[in-house]
Amino acid sequence: MAAGAPARLTAMAAAVVNAAVTAWLLLKFQYADGAHYQFEAHRVILGDPKLGFNVGIDGMSLIMVLLTSVVTLAAVMMKPVKAGGEALYYSSSLLIAAGAMGAFVATDLFFFYAFHELALIPTFLMIGMRGTGDNKDAAWKITIYLGLGSLVLLAGLAALVTQASAAAGNGLTTFDMLELRNLAPKIAAASQEPIYLTLLLGFGVLISLFPFHSWAAPAYASAPAPTAMLHAGVLKKFGLYGLLRVAAPMLPAGFHAEWIQNLLLVLLLGNILYIGLVTIAQKELDLVLGNSSVMHMGYVFLGIASGTAIGISGAVLLMFAHGVSIALLFALCSIVREKTGTLQMSRLGGLAKYAPFLGLTFAMASFASIGLPGFANFSAELLVFLGGFANKPADHLGPLQITTILALWGVVISAVYMLRAFRKVFKGEPSEAVTGATDLKCCGRIPVLLLLIALLVTGFFPYLLMQAAGPFADALAKAIAVVVAP
Amino acid sequence: MPVYSLEVAVVLLGLVLLMLEAFIPAKDKRFVAHTALLGLGAVLVASFFVNRTPDASPFWSFYTADGLAMTYKVIALVCTMLVIILGLDYIPVLEKFTARIGGRGAWGEFFCLPVFICAGMMWMASATDLTSIFVSLELVTIAFYVMVTFMRRNVGSLEAGVKYLILGALSTGFLVYGFTWLFGVTGQTNLSLIAAKLNSGTVATAPAMFSFALILVALAFKIGAVPLQFWIPDVYQGAPTPVTAYLSVGSKAAGFIVTTRILQVYLGSDVLVHNCTAILLAVACATLIVGNLAAIPQTNFKRLLAYSSISHAGFLVLALASGPAGAFGLSSGQIVAFYLAAYLIMTLLAFTVLVVINRTSGSDDLNAFNGLHQRSPFLAFALLVAVASLAGVPLTVGFVGKFFVFAAAVKASLWLPLGFAVVGAVAGFYYYLKVLRNMYWNAPASATMPAITLSGLTKATLLLLIAATVALGVWWAPLFQLLQR
Repeated sequence: MAAGAPARLTAMAAAVVNAAVTAWLLLKFQYADGAHYQFEAHRVILGDPKLGFNVGIDGMSLIMVLLTSVVTLAAVMMKPVKAGGEALYYSSSLLIAAGAMGAFVATDLFFFYAFHELALIPTFLMIGMRGTGDNKDAAWKITIYLGLGSLVLLAGLAALVTQASAAAGNGLTTFDMLELRNLAPKIAAASQEPIYLTLLLGFGVLISLFPFHSWAAPAYASAPAPTAMLHAGVLKKFGLYGLLRVAAPMLPAGFHAEWIQNLLLVLLLGNILYIGLVTIAQKELDLVLGNSSVMHMGYVFLGIASGTAIGISGAVLLMFAHGVSIALLFALCSIVREKTGTLQMSRLGGLAKYAPFLGLTFAMASFASIGLPGFANFSAELLVFLGGFANKPADHLGPLQITTILALWGVVISAVYMLRAFRKVFKGEPSEAVTGATDLKCCGRIPVLLLLIALLVTGFFPYLLMQAAGPFADALAKAIAVVVAP
Repeated sequence: MPVYSLEVAVVLLGLVLLMLEAFIPAKDKRFVAHTALLGLGAVLVASFFVNRTPDASPFWSFYTADGLAMTYKVIALVCTMLVIILGLDYIPVLEKFTARIGGRGAWGEFFCLPVFICAGMMWMASATDLTSIFVSLELVTIAFYVMVTFMRRNVGSLEAGVKYLILGALSTGFLVYGFTWLFGVTGQTNLSLIAAKLNSGTVATAPAMFSFALILVALAFKIGAVPLQFWIPDVYQGAPTPVTAYLSVGSKAAGFIVTTRILQVYLGSDVLVHNCTAILLAVACATLIVGNLAAIPQTNFKRLLAYSSISHAGFLVLALASGPAGAFGLSSGQIVAFYLAAYLIMTLLAFTVLVVINRTSGSDDLNAFNGLHQRSPFLAFALLVAVASLAGVPLTVGFVGKFFVFAAAVKASLWLPLGFAVVGAVAGFYYYLKVLRNMYWNAPASATMPAITLSGLTKATLLLLIAATVALGVWWAPLFQLLQR
């Protein structure tokens, strides 16, 4: 047994149990009732303000829980590059996963927020201790940036709760998200707009919305594989989840405010087009992937901005698909670094000759990332684009439709950088760094295959996810459509 | 048993300890500390069972036993006990730097004086008259003059003592002068009578505001807020570490209960509330900026904690400035008490680790923490929990306190000060995590560092404080019940 085996086994046992529970949830979930919380549990902490440790799962939560379990399972199976300190290494990974999982199942606003922050310090430690390249700078940047975003978010949430309590008029302050969903839309439209904007900015920093994205690519590039997989794949979805769970349904007037809507459209185009072009210019594989993960957030924003059932279900599906595909890419990327010692694409080439399994899986992951049919990303992006046109004005193209048309070019951009990266790393004459590299052995293949199978299964049978996302998206679109008089 | 017998018991305990220390010829004076711990523990338990109903005697115009007062009494007792435990760990250092009598360090009184300070702080928690406030405050301050200079063969400690003495005397002058003006304006010394008079509309505003400014300056010294914050880093660095912890938590908490009570008077007056709030907000913003930004470049952990103590004072003043309404069913005074209870737990956790590191390495520098997680994962984890809580990471008690302050400020629509608070908190992420960087990222100074041994008492204290930080961060109902008692 290698050193650190107890820590590794414990972490794997935890991830397997987690996955088993998720499987049970998938089987027992009432899909027709996906718009409502199921498997609820409550533990009251305070009566006034009403605050408790409450959990529950609806359609969107279920998909996010599935994403978290799958990526966590793969992440803890990734072997650490450096020996030593296994206990800290695995406990950090599990803490990041626990933070995400807790946030996705919490139905109390306080714990929804609190759980997300659980990941902050483990991320800081992991990138700083075990990262590569400019890891120290990157660790500071991600921590300070996310800390700032969280505090802006906190101010927004505090405003939401106090204003909703004022709107309720009975003097009771509640953190229960179900009650808030009924109370908060009663806030006067003029007050909803600044709160919504604060939440959008707070969540936006966490999602790496342009122009608050600069923390993401360097941090992911230098993070050790499990941290990058969990953070880019799972934790970053917290912000999107929050927009769909809190900001949009609770503050519909803020969501519909034309200037905020247009601002979001411009910023998401910044994500898709500007960051897309930035990604093309990258010379190292890890930075290509880091930037591409920022870029793809733009599509999810587009789905949310459409406010239609079809666009929202596309956004939810894309959160899953992108999470799995980027985790897969980061896993493969770290394996490439381990085998060749470099990620500079000019020094790589022809790796597929020595490591055909690696080449094949990387190609498939690239296809998924671009959004080719057969992978979950395809159906998700398709729904997002359709959502952009679902409520088209009869006689002209609105800002949303124009944005969607421009965003379609992002697919071309991502095809350019992913295929270029694949060609430079895996095709051509084997370079010096690549010569003699070995392929993945049986055990190392498991996490890669796990993620790839998840992408393919949901790609060929998107209904598996749609049956959960559909009812949720329908209900959410209806909730958003209700706008109070200003 | 009437509630004031608690203070009487603590004073008696102090006197008994002095006698024991002086007349029992034991070679090892540790028993003084153990007796003090036992006695204070008994008082702590008793504080939950005393009779708090006021009777007709005029005594009760000087004294109150409301929930806030009882909370601060608990804070004072717990803090004193933890400081004594810290002191036990600090004995090797004291041995080196105290006066030598018969070839041994004379540190027996180091464990008697905190008991008197504790009595003073408990009285401050209940004081509702200008005279009783002043007397109890001076009891605390004068005992602290001795404590800060306790290591008389250490230049740093003496320097800190002189600084503390001069500025303390200055602030006392401000306080008395302010009280004089307040008495002159209202003709009363009882706080509720003063409040009624100030609100009656028959009071000249300018002299009342003048008294407010003078008192605020004096209290700023106690709580470590702008404009009298500049003594903090030097005194904290020079004082014996347990005393630093005591100053940082106990003295600050006692200062805040007095501040809360006196501000109630001014903020309750319709003619004064506007100007007073504006001044308080300015103080809060300045304190947040000074504390947090000056903490960023610090390389000494004690100085870092000193600036962090200033920054926390900024958050607390912000809570008080947001008006008495508070948020989430807590008045702003209760929010401050909650925050201070949280601050007590996390700060003393940090100081406990610091004392151990200081004892083993002889340094308070951040570099002394390098690679701590390889030398002692438990200590590193304890400090990780402490700084996470100080920085306000959720699921720790520090976050809950900060959350309440934010909520109170949001409710009062103080957007600009809230901006300052956000900037301060983000800066906090940086300088608190610097400690984590040293402990986890950096390698130990040499591979052959001696192993760190912890006494059973220290280990138990650390475990208790870690558990409290995390448990109260999720389940803070016990603290609520204490406050609403």
